[in-house]
Amino acid sequence: MLDNGLQVRVVEMHTAPLVSVWCWYRVGSKDERPGLTGVSHWVEHMNFKGTTGIPPDDFKQFIDRFGGFWNGYTWIDQTTYMATATKDALDEMLFMEAERMDRCLYDAEATESERSVIVSELQGGENDPDHLLDIEVTATAFKAHPYRHPTIGWIGDLQTMTRDDLHGFYRRYYTPANATLVIVGDVEADQALRQVERRFGGITAGPEPSRVRTTEPDQTGERRLEIVREGATGYVKVAYHAPAATDPDFAPMLVLDAALTGAKGLNLWSSFSGPTPQRRARLYRALVDGGRAAAVSGSFVATAEPYLFMVSATAGEGVPLDELRDSALAALDSARDDGVSDVEVERAKRQLRARIVLENNSITNIGHQIGFFETVAGAHLLAQLPGRIAEVSSEDVARVAARYLATNNRTVGWFRPA
Amino acid sequence: MTPTLGLAPVREQLANGITLIVKQTPTQPAVTISAAMSTGSLCDPLGGEGTAHLLARVLDRGAGTRTGDEVADVLDLHGVSPSITVSRHTTTVTCDCLAEDVETMLELVADMLRAPACSDADTEICRGQLLTRLRQDEDSPATRALEAVMPLLYGEDHPYGRRPKGSPATVQSIDRTQLLEFHAARFPPDRLTVVLVGDISVSGAVAALTRVSGAWRGGADPLMSAAHELMIERLAFGEPWSRLPPPAAGSRRRLVIPMPAKAQADIVYGFTTIVRSDPAFYAYWVMNNVLGQYGIGGRLGRSIREQQGMAYYAGSMFEAGHIAGPLLVRAGVNAGNVDRALESIEAEVVGMARDGATDDEVTSAKRYLVGSIPRSLETNAGIARFLQTTEQFGLGLDHDRTLPGLVDAVTVEAVADAARRTLRPEQAAIVIAGPYEES
Repeated sequence: MLDNGLQVRVVEMHTAPLVSVWCWYRVGSKDERPGLTGVSHWVEHMNFKGTTGIPPDDFKQFIDRFGGFWNGYTWIDQTTYMATATKDALDEMLFMEAERMDRCLYDAEATESERSVIVSELQGGENDPDHLLDIEVTATAFKAHPYRHPTIGWIGDLQTMTRDDLHGFYRRYYTPANATLVIVGDVEADQALRQVERRFGGITAGPEPSRVRTTEPDQTGERRLEIVREGATGYVKVAYHAPAATDPDFAPMLVLDAALTGAKGLNLWSSFSGPTPQRRARLYRALVDGGRAAAVSGSFVATAEPYLFMVSATAGEGVPLDELRDSALAALDSARDDGVSDVEVERAKRQLRARIVLENNSITNIGHQIGFFETVAGAHLLAQLPGRIAEVSSEDVARVAARYLATNNRTVGWFRPA
Repeated sequence: MTPTLGLAPVREQLANGITLIVKQTPTQPAVTISAAMSTGSLCDPLGGEGTAHLLARVLDRGAGTRTGDEVADVLDLHGVSPSITVSRHTTTVTCDCLAEDVETMLELVADMLRAPACSDADTEICRGQLLTRLRQDEDSPATRALEAVMPLLYGEDHPYGRRPKGSPATVQSIDRTQLLEFHAARFPPDRLTVVLVGDISVSGAVAALTRVSGAWRGGADPLMSAAHELMIERLAFGEPWSRLPPPAAGSRRRLVIPMPAKAQADIVYGFTTIVRSDPAFYAYWVMNNVLGQYGIGGRLGRSIREQQGMAYYAGSMFEAGHIAGPLLVRAGVNAGNVDRALESIEAEVVGMARDGATDDEVTSAKRYLVGSIPRSLETNAGIARFLQTTEQFGLGLDHDRTLPGLVDAVTVEAVADAARRTLRPEQAAIVIAGPYEES
């Protein structure tokens, strides 16, 4: 750790002449107050629009000259910026992240231009009924906790937020003590640390950022919602409040999710890169093999505070939506009441073991995992999870199924094509 | 920009005609299996559009001596989920597995391609999934625009102009017999390329693939094949792709697909380009990077997204293939900005065609493309993709070493020439899908 509080993790991997740099901030949409929803995501956009040391026109090309891939994302607990490029780009990458941490411009005209880019991003998402339903179910599942609002924000807030709102948020949360820098690749650790000190050491520590402190009250009854809109396909989602990454129930819930919908592993970044092994999963057999759904999936991700386990199903051709919803709920209730078999648990654990190996297949993915877990629970959890998963028993899975798949703990939503 | 890479993969031809390419990378106890059959949606019978896609969905639902449930048991037990993709020219099964499971998975993948069961029950499940996918595509402005531009560019009767996934009517009409006939005629071992990358030796790979596929002999059943040729009328089996008809002669075409309930409109503005074997390919690659990729969407992204704030995405994609593939400019914009976005696209296209790219732009794009090569080869799956492309287009086993030089040799003049040849607004095909109506 640097004197200003910046956490630094360097992992040497000399398999290819590449380096991946990830700069993580413990700020996401859970840190937003009403009226400023979407601010953390918009700040992320603004932080690609020039600094005092890198002109706006150069910023998005800075890494390209090294053949690099760069990106960033904002989610509920974190915001991150990444680049993977040839190893000779390391110092430039560190320079860029140091600039981003301390010296972004927030030009008024650029802010207005980006407003319409973000509204366009929001509207592009709304073109997808599945995405729309996801937002509504999440907003219904939470009453108090800021996890309820979408990371991109509500349209009214995006229309009224000011440049000063954005800049103020940036100044509060983009401090060394609120960040973790991860470097993975063909580097020498000591030299890399010296470069980090040179680029980041002069940035002032800054005060501890304020946090929205709210605990979601226990849900007291099932919630249901329906969206009726023009569309071609019906969708059903069932969301249950679920444990945070640090909760002892997290590993058994991972196994339960894998048994019900197939193992996704632990890497949010790489989880979209391929299909999930799920043909023998409980809900796939009940809904897809059962002829009611064209697809089914589950989502359970490591989060800093209790979030959701969400099951999604796409209606099969000609299948009434109510029939799909009732079948999904029946399959979930069966897991709640009777648990899952030893065979299902063992298969789920074996899948998770394979996925965890396969998802760490690049310096980019390894860099993501170290930083992501740092922002939700501390990197030690990442190292512990394979062992914890191996120790999960059928009884553990039955216990978390009975606890979390309770009727009173769920929100059921469906999109009905008009 | 000196090439320093050296994959040095090993290529072997098995007795039954299967091509095997192996690259050992023992850094992780895992292997990527990529098995590509040179049969894609272009081979769909006329009136049977969607056959290749439906077959691909059924491939992993019962194969060889295993039932669908038994295949699922093996896959799920090992945490493997094959990705089966269909392009116009290929059907590819790809999966990552632990090194300890590679022979089991290889046998399963070989069985899928050699002897899919295509049971009635599984075909019905997969047909339902494909029909739902078609409905979802029809509800997506981005997909509608992308699909609609192809018949505009190539002509409705051209193999590139047909819908790769078919229509609900054609998908409904494909029965099990047709699937099996299609498979018998179009999935012989000598059209299969298997690439193995990871913690596996060359000798181990050859032995494993020989063991699991050695009994797979011969080409298509001649009788079945003859019947199939009568059915498809157009493409004789084994005919080189280069004999496909060229794109339709171009005149400017414009199509609006009104989708009033949607929040955003998607624009596709397309041209036809060149074949992959054209020596100008690398100049086109650089030109496309300058136009619609470098930074965040090249010149297009800078104008439409960064300067005017009109779109979340704006850029271009270029795909040269066995025939002249498309270059497609794409943007997603608010309906009120469609006309302005189109004007901006046209301005960038015309400017690039008239003036080419600057020295700085070409240098930057070349640095990016050369620098991105090691990154694209970072994972086993990335190497497998690269080697499949290399094999498909006959680029040579040393292509990872020759590629930097080929890009480096591109001149400003060659980029300008590529732009002049292709970016001709009077021949563009334009599609707008979303909450927009022609004024």
